[in-house]
Amino acid sequence: MEVSITVNGSTHSSDVEPRTLLVHHLRDNIGLTGTNIGCDSSSCGACTIHMNGESVKSCTVLAVQADGQELTTIEGLAAVAESDGTATGDQNWHPMQEAFQNCHALQCGYCTPGMVMASTSFLKENPNPTEEQIREGLEGNLCRCTGYHNIVKAVQSVAGGAS
Amino acid sequence: MIPAAFDYTVAESAEHAVQLLGEYGDEAKLLAGGHSLIPMMKYRLATPTQLVDVGRLSDLSYINQENGHVAIGAMTRHRDLETSAVLAEACPMLAHVASLVGGPAVRHRGTLGGTMAHADSASDLPAAVLALGGTIVAQGPNGRREIAATDFFTSYFESALAADEMIVEIKVPANTGGWNYQKFNRRAQDWAIVGVAVADGGNGVALVNMGSTPLRASETEAALASGASAADAAAMAANGTTPPEDLNADGAYRTHLAQVLTRRALEAAAG
Amino acid sequence: MTAVMGTKMLRKEDPALLVGENKFIDDIHAPGELWMGMIRSTMAHAKINSIDTSEAEAMPGVVAVYTGEQLAEMGLWLAPLPCAWPVTEDIVNPPHNPVAVGEAKHVGDIVAVVLCNDRYGAADAAEKVVVDYDPLPAVGSLEAAVANTAMAHSDLETNKAFHWPLVPDPEGTEKAFAEAAHTVKAKFIQQRMIPSPMEPRGCMAIPSPAGGDITFYSATQVPHILKVMIAATTGIPESKIRVIAPSVGGGFGGKLNVDPDAILSVTLANHLGVPVRWTETRTEAAGSSHQGRGQIQHMEVAADENGKISSVRVHIDADMGAYMMLITPGVPLLGSFLYTGVYDIPNLAFTCDGHFTNLTPTDAYRGAGRPEASYAIERIMDMLAAEVGITPEEIRARNYINGGEAFENHEAASTLVFDSGHYRPAHDRALEMVKIDELRAEQARRRDAGEAKQLGIGMCSYVEICGLAPSRALGGLNYGAGGWEHATVRMLPTGKIEVVSGSTPHGQGHETAWSMIIADKMGVDPNDVEVLHSDTAKSPLGLDTYGSRSLAVGGVAIAMAADKVIEKAKLIAAHQFEAAPEDVQFEAGAFSVAGTPSKSVHIQELGFAAFAAHDLPDGMEPNLQEQVSFDPPNFAFPFGTHACVVEIDTETGGVELIDYVAVDDCGHQVNPMIVEGQLHGGIVQGVAQALFEEAVYDEDGNINNPSFMDYLVPSAMEVPSMQLDYTVTPSTSNPLGVKGAGEAGTIGSAAAVMNAVCDALSPYGVKDMDMPATPKRIWEAIHSNANNSNGGAA
Repeated sequence: MEVSITVNGSTHSSDVEPRTLLVHHLRDNIGLTGTNIGCDSSSCGACTIHMNGESVKSCTVLAVQADGQELTTIEGLAAVAESDGTATGDQNWHPMQEAFQNCHALQCGYCTPGMVMASTSFLKENPNPTEEQIREGLEGNLCRCTGYHNIVKAVQSVAGGAS
Repeated sequence: MIPAAFDYTVAESAEHAVQLLGEYGDEAKLLAGGHSLIPMMKYRLATPTQLVDVGRLSDLSYINQENGHVAIGAMTRHRDLETSAVLAEACPMLAHVASLVGGPAVRHRGTLGGTMAHADSASDLPAAVLALGGTIVAQGPNGRREIAATDFFTSYFESALAADEMIVEIKVPANTGGWNYQKFNRRAQDWAIVGVAVADGGNGVALVNMGSTPLRASETEAALASGASAADAAAMAANGTTPPEDLNADGAYRTHLAQVLTRRALEAAAG
Repeated sequence: MTAVMGTKMLRKEDPALLVGENKFIDDIHAPGELWMGMIRSTMAHAKINSIDTSEAEAMPGVVAVYTGEQLAEMGLWLAPLPCAWPVTEDIVNPPHNPVAVGEAKHVGDIVAVVLCNDRYGAADAAEKVVVDYDPLPAVGSLEAAVANTAMAHSDLETNKAFHWPLVPDPEGTEKAFAEAAHTVKAKFIQQRMIPSPMEPRGCMAIPSPAGGDITFYSATQVPHILKVMIAATTGIPESKIRVIAPSVGGGFGGKLNVDPDAILSVTLANHLGVPVRWTETRTEAAGSSHQGRGQIQHMEVAADENGKISSVRVHIDADMGAYMMLITPGVPLLGSFLYTGVYDIPNLAFTCDGHFTNLTPTDAYRGAGRPEASYAIERIMDMLAAEVGITPEEIRARNYINGGEAFENHEAASTLVFDSGHYRPAHDRALEMVKIDELRAEQARRRDAGEAKQLGIGMCSYVEICGLAPSRALGGLNYGAGGWEHATVRMLPTGKIEVVSGSTPHGQGHETAWSMIIADKMGVDPNDVEVLHSDTAKSPLGLDTYGSRSLAVGGVAIAMAADKVIEKAKLIAAHQFEAAPEDVQFEAGAFSVAGTPSKSVHIQELGFAAFAAHDLPDGMEPNLQEQVSFDPPNFAFPFGTHACVVEIDTETGGVELIDYVAVDDCGHQVNPMIVEGQLHGGIVQGVAQALFEEAVYDEDGNINNPSFMDYLVPSAMEVPSMQLDYTVTPSTSNPLGVKGAGEAGTIGSAAAVMNAVCDALSPYGVKDMDMPATPKRIWEAIHSNANNSNGGAA
């Protein structure tokens, strides 16, 4: 069936099977492969994107449910920061992207898009979190490389910068 | 993993959804946030051939205080419960329990109505509604009816909802009496191995994952009503239950956890 | 120019990863690609009576469905899947077909494969293949394999695959135990672990039917090894095969194998003349990705009245799973040399029996053999301390090699020579950082007060073997390849530098680290260095990344190749200066003649001279390009002391890790930021083994927790922030003085955590507990003293 989704500011209309998972629609149909798939059970958060500004796991949303919604994926995050005037650094990235690099909060980078999207959504809801709250905010996102230590530091550094 | 194929219809209203359920019969499932249903469909444990999307019924997303209770639209998301000023004032336990479901991304999609209809005995919110003495409002072909939470859950993933009924609202008494929720698990985002909800200073005590449905710890409630100490009442928490066995716990351990967590919840609620 | 090595330079890899621009395997597509869908056995051991593929074949988009029998008849491969490490001459190694023929040997064993032009269609069609099985008795556990009542392979009379001894001095062992004042005996279980890199496995083979070439993309740690093995298995000329590892989302050992999907996609792509691909699902991974650990360790130590240990005697039963994968039987051997740990123990008797089960095959998982060894010796050290009546720190102090003072070239009882060590400073620093005295006081207070939440303090002093490996040593162990690593360094005409790495990163940051090495060696900006890797067309020679070998072997090769480039460039500079080469000095990238400041040229300026070759010294070949295959003379032996604190809720059995400190020594560090990251992640994987993860099988060989809902990879909520510090004891095994850091965290942490758990529970008479220390096990140990291998009762 026909769905029309705005992703990173561009509207994509396509005919999809109703069972198409949003993450597959983004990756295989729209070609935005930055969002990754790490599990089958909504446990790992690698597929986290923003729907209408909030984090969702795109493996557990049907493309048809996203019809008419505004999505942001990792590919579009820097542009969001640029448009709201928070972009930083030489790369003009979202501060969270810069913090992830500065704090060495990624290694293989597979969980990273989801982790960054979860972190930015979380900070919007809780701009001045404690370490414990950051860990709670990321409880639905698994990382196998970093032991989370530097991810928490990265989120803290952005939170600190924002307060 | 990928769901089996199905047809998809967006419901225009609750009435429309009910009408579609009537037309499609057993083949149909309502889709709200999808965070219980879609994973089951990906594993092909559920293979409905018709999905009726009620998630867009924004008129069913509300939290209103009225006449001594809080009326919550079925499509109200966990995140909205968590941050509701009305609930913070009138029924803080429900907001708190909502904040413990899954992780934030799950709470952005999951709905109270969906969770209740899924009727998972391991879920947090059904037990909270049960402890609070809530009521489920169901829309059917012949209009609405109210079902007490105590009558709602019937078996594993089974409820008193008829095949052509849909939850439209959940009502909980406005209640700021002593409350507490204890959730024991190994990993924060997971379901409770055992959970205990204490509402209204101990007048409502409900158990998570201690049987085929969310359960009231009725012996504990009765003991408290007749003046027993928290510790003595908690010792009865698992009486009459047949707790499930899984990788995390067997019946004996769950029984023990229910007792400990009930005591802690009662003490915290009293504190 | 200031030194780059030793600084926390930000990673060059990060920008592409942070904007979603890099390509993982599932991001890459080829026109006309077909998706493989695997039909996997739902029974651990069964005769395959028949397979009905008709309904699947009729599904839309389905191009073909093949059963194992059909594929065998088609003769697409010459040999079964390879095992490169047949540890003994008489090892039993039944054939491992990419698709089972006749009998399925484990849940997840492939019995048929569908090819469909669509991802979803492949999943649908796979569901429609109907397999008729006759169940056979299944060996559902290592214990059952050892008991030998049912056979994992129906045509074998035993489940035992091999017996491997390392018993240098049997009389010495007997004597040590006969004369010991104290002996402690324990049985430890190393549960099966699922490596679980966040990116599932996947591959795609693209044929060129006319030319006969095949390009194979794989989420692999080992493209070079895959190339050789695909050639050997399929008969496709090695020179026709190009293997590319795109961005790889973690490995941890889980992606170093030659899996059925590799051989299937390559041979079916060639057969059908179209690209064939596969992406693993997480649930599928539980049965199809090899698992780690899977050992039962019978461990004994003999000590004098002061706790000074005279001998370690250990027997291991190791679970091979249903088949031998690439290095399955060798994994326990990698641990064999470490059962004496960091201690001056003159005698070791090690034996290992490998056994087949009807479970997912085992192979390397982060640490591969060494975490198991470290766990056994470090747990038994605590038990011995209790037996002798001294603290865990004291028993260690009494036994450290060279009394804890610095040493080089220590020959251990295993006959391996430890390159360098200095164990006491890390020990002291870790105890200081964790505040051992305050903790013990608080622990005593809580015990006296009978509080529900009790503290446990644990430590582990580990040593590990990394930098795999001296080729001769590997040959001595019957390993099927060498352990060298290859590197090329070339100066381009414009002065930019290309480094070709035989090491293959999958998250470690090689591009950054190798650039830093070159920057320091050659006096150039690290951003002028490009690192080529992970593609056998760009990097034809290499032995890839596992066993914490990249820096200690591959990084060293790069430094050595850079030296050779500098040497040649110096001759060109001398020629330009009309000076004798011995009068030319090289500093911070510039060649100059002593005492003649006007004569100076930067090495990058010589790139063009070497390329144009207008005026090179007589007889010199054009271009600045040098290569090195470095075969290390010895392993490297990183070490350290970890300490941690757990809080146990004695009412619920809940356990929380509340502090973790680690003082590690991996020799000189190229990028301390990367080292720190490796340790953080490594530590958490060991914590996960101690407290969370286990592949749980029932007695019929069914896995009970194949998803991330039940296989509990910990989240940020389950682990604390960590405090790290370092000592630096340079390795003598390589000119950079470096040791590996990739596995050290995992090798140190499981024992530290379990020592803490057992410490917390000691007032309840608990002496040991099996991993993972789940709340249920802890509660049962407190209340019934039953659930562990060594018995809980005091």
